[in-house]
Amino acid sequence: MDTKTTVLNVLNDLTGTDVSGDLDGNLFDSGLLDSMGTVQLLLQLQSELGVDVPVSEFERSEWDTPNKIIARVEAMQN
Amino acid sequence: MLSFTPYENPTYFGILAIALLPIVIGLLCKKRFHWYETIISIFFLVLTFGGPKLTQGYALIAYLIYEVVLVWLYTSYRKHKNQTSIFVGAVILAIIPLVIVKLTPAIQNGQQSLIGFLGISYLTFKAVQTIMESRDGVLKAFNPWFFLQFLVFFPTISSGPIDRYRRFKKDYDHVPDTDKYLQLLQKGVHNIFMGFVYKYMLAYLFGTLLLPKLQQQALSAHGLSWSLVGVMYVYSMYLFFDFAGYSLFAVGTSYFMGIETPINFNAPFKSHNIKEFWNRWHMTLSFWFRDYIYMRLVFFFMKHKVFKSPKTTANITYIINMTIMGFWHGVTWYYVTYGILHGIALVVNDWWLRYKKKHQKQIPHNKFTEIFAVFVTFNFVCFTFLLFSGFLNTMLLAK
Repeated sequence: MDTKTTVLNVLNDLTGTDVSGDLDGNLFDSGLLDSMGTVQLLLQLQSELGVDVPVSEFERSEWDTPNKIIARVEAMQN
Repeated sequence: MLSFTPYENPTYFGILAIALLPIVIGLLCKKRFHWYETIISIFFLVLTFGGPKLTQGYALIAYLIYEVVLVWLYTSYRKHKNQTSIFVGAVILAIIPLVIVKLTPAIQNGQQSLIGFLGISYLTFKAVQTIMESRDGVLKAFNPWFFLQFLVFFPTISSGPIDRYRRFKKDYDHVPDTDKYLQLLQKGVHNIFMGFVYKYMLAYLFGTLLLPKLQQQALSAHGLSWSLVGVMYVYSMYLFFDFAGYSLFAVGTSYFMGIETPINFNAPFKSHNIKEFWNRWHMTLSFWFRDYIYMRLVFFFMKHKVFKSPKTTANITYIINMTIMGFWHGVTWYYVTYGILHGIALVVNDWWLRYKKKHQKQIPHNKFTEIFAVFVTFNFVCFTFLLFSGFLNTMLLAK
């Protein structure tokens, strides 16, 4: 499975919503993600993709849409 | 000798305008004179902590040396090793001065600690945050001299807004282009004039003209009275306009210096629920608590599977987070209760939002329910502010 699919699966599980329809939708504004969801996301990314994202790295404005999250994760894998 | 509380009177603003002028001209010519900024910072520190407040001044100097050396040592250590115990030790050492200052009045009958000074908590937030980001490995190039500049950045030294090391550094090392800077100047002027309206008109109206009278009436009424209800709303308005006014001054002054200090208030009384309220009220404090306490605790609890469900983890951490915030305001029953109440409110709010999502079809959602939500949130907040004001404590003691 590629990174994009894995990230989307994690997001779908976390938010209980299919986010793949709106990849540029703001997850915080829509209330789908909050601080708690964020931490769960970071932990999932660590266990499923092995990317270690410290909490300090998490600047909300850089992680607020599915596309941005995918891009960040891909950047951290390389 | 001249001595001021920041932004307190026209003379202060006069001096501020003259002091900022070279910086503004410099930035318009695309130059940043760091040496001048340092001199101005020291000058304003002397105005704030010199003369009659010299004891505070000495406490500030001692505190700054202590924190800079501590953070310097930790960041140097962190380059080679990363033991959790050393990290925890560094955080504890960084907050010890603040803990002493907060505990002293509670232990010694209201007496203030000798090592305290105006703004100690805001400096502590910056120091702890720098240690944590260094621990996470996102802050690699630590410069003690820059760190000192970051701590004593004079527009925000006394009461925030709380900036972040890496964000501040980006602005500090950079000269904004002319268009951008002109925009900042415009916003800066706007902020400062809004600040005048907030702090010197509205906060004066609520806090100086109305509040004392209502408090007198509420005290003589003993117990519940309409005057007490009046105190609740009037104090809440005063608290908002006073602090938001101060924050506008601090942010506006920063803009003149080409530093985009984050805003602290964003129409908080418009919030539909308590979570939204904390995204709009004293934002830099609330975000600091979110990023450096809440998220880290949740991360720790989830990783070590301390609680069974994520919901329980979130709820317990809300309460811990807000209780710590209560203690930070001061060790009195009313500050701590204020914190706990907000913690409980966040738990209830999460539960309600989940319930609402599950029963979307049965629960109506329209303009009316939205206004009702704003109304409930506003009144809850005002009630907690009444508690926060300590007035209920005064009433209890007066009986």
